[in-house]
This record gives sequence, structure tokens and C-alpha cells, in this order.
Amino acid sequence: MSAFWIATIGTSAIAFILKYSGHSLPQRLLEHPRIQRINALIPIALLSALVAVQSFTEKGKLVIDHRLAGVAVAVLALFLKAPFPVVVLSAALTSAAIYNWF
Amino acid sequence: MSRVEAITIRDSLSVSLTVGAYGIAFGAASVANGFSVLQSCLLSLLTFSGASQFAVVGVIGAGGSALSAIATASLLGVRNGIYGVIMAPRLKVKGFRRVIAAHITIDESTGVALGAEKRSESAMRHGFWLTGFGVFFFWNLFTLAGALGAQAMGDTRAWGLDSAVPAAFLGLVWPRLESKREQILAVASIIFALVMTPFLPAGLPIIGTAFIAIVMGVRG
Repeated sequence: MSAFWIATIGTSAIAFILKYSGHSLPQRLLEHPRIQRINALIPIALLSALVAVQSFTEKGKLVIDHRLAGVAVAVLALFLKAPFPVVVLSAALTSAAIYNWF
Repeated sequence: MSRVEAITIRDSLSVSLTVGAYGIAFGAASVANGFSVLQSCLLSLLTFSGASQFAVVGVIGAGGSALSAIATASLLGVRNGIYGVIMAPRLKVKGFRRVIAAHITIDESTGVALGAEKRSESAMRHGFWLTGFGVFFFWNLFTLAGALGAQAMGDTRAWGLDSAVPAAFLGLVWPRLESKREQILAVASIIFALVMTPFLPAGLPIIGTAFIAIVMGVRG
């Protein structure tokens, strides 16, 4: 079985187990403020790391290419409080323009 | 079942459509990172959690192993478990209904439900089910559209998809960066992931940042 299938099935199985066990656990387990803080912080760390890896690496090497321009435009759009589709599209257009013409 | 208020329908539908449309970005990102159209659609049907889905295709796309992709996606999915703990005493469902409720327990269904709670208990329940099913419908529909679109593109870099993916992650994390401590964590995670990339197997530089978050959260 390929890594793609293992990832697809494994992620789906664990995602459901996490959701279902939440519906079956007593509420007091999660009232500790430390648990709540950690739970709010983990997505920030992982998503930020994903942005960095997807923007500036290729096959285990650090790379600066057309993606830098795309992501820079996304940051600018977010600073200007643009809605999500505008952020993604402006990044894609910028990146595609540089990739195709330079 | 009591009558569904118009405002609950409006809130649920607008959230479902807006969020569901992000499915285009997911479907396209998934195919751009090497997943088939079928696998992309199965991720949306069965995982049904945006951040986890983006993470799994992102880690595999960066060359990570299936295990590190699953681990990263699952860390992001813990959130849904916590929503489950919050929603269970409010929904009070058992058996098959609990299975369905669990599957549609995500950011949006929980958010709309808790927002509607101040109106009435039934508004809260309607908000949860309508938003859950609504997002499920549109998210899957748009995933298929995005996956087929990306498949038709050929070289996805020529269409800017390799930048659309990190831009989508950025859009997900941006609203969370309210305080100084959250901003410091984001910058530290970016630096950690980049510095470690040449030295660790792909995927580990991403999961590793969870430990920075844990240390920060434990210290208070």
C-alpha cells in the first residue's frame, strides 16, 4: 500500500476516533487551563511550520524561488484584511506569473 | 423537533457555503501534492477536518512519511475531540446519532451552535446539525471540483498552486495570532522548521514545533 493510501486511511481513522472519544469523555478532564492553553497553541505552531516548509523548502533543502513572491503577497493581503479566497488567489497569480515569465 | 428559526438557517447556510468553498483549495492542493482525485475525496468524506486534511497533504507533499503526516494531522484533530466534550452534554445523543454527531463535530458546527445558544437550546441544536451537514455537503462537492481542476492543469506550479497551498495555511493561522505570545510562537516555529529541514527526515521539523507549543503552554 502506498504512503498516500496509508496517510488517507490512517488520518481518517484517527480523526474519527478523536471526535468520537470527545463525545464520550467527561467534561471535567479538559477544564484544566494548562490543557486549554496547549490546545490553543499547538495549531499555531504546526500551521506556521507548514507555511515555512511549503514556501521555502524542496526535497529537504532550503530554497528561495517564485513561491517567496506568492507568499509575500498573501501576507500583504492578510495585513489588508482581505478575505481568504483573495489571499489564496493573489498568492497563486503572483507565483504563477513569476514561474511562467522568469 | 421545534421550528427552525430563519436566523439559524441563514447563519448555518452562509458558514457552510463560505467554508465549503475552501474545499476547492483543498482538492487542488491535495492533487498538487500527489494524491489521486479519489484519495482527495475520501479525505474530505472521512477525515472531514480542514486543517488536518491540509496538513496530511502538506507533509506528504514535502516528502514526509505517512506516519509523520498522520501524526501532524492528528495533533490538529485533537481540537475536534475537545469540541466533542463541549457538545456531548448539549446534544444528548446516543448510538448511531452520536456517531454522526461526532463526525460533523468541527470548528464551524461547534461555533455556530455555541453562538446560537444564547437564543435557545433548540436554536443551538439546529445550528449544530444544519452547519455540520451543510459544511459536509459543500466541502465534499468543492473538494471534487478542486481535485478535478488541478488534475486538468498538468504542471500545477504554472498555475501558482505551490504558493496557494502555503497561502491557505497562512490564512488559517493568521486569525489566531492575536497576542504577542502567539506571534512569538509562530515565528519560533517557522525558524525551527526551516533550520531543522536539512537535518531531520521530512515531516519531523513540522511535528517538532508541537513541543515548542507544549513548553510554552505548560509555562503559562
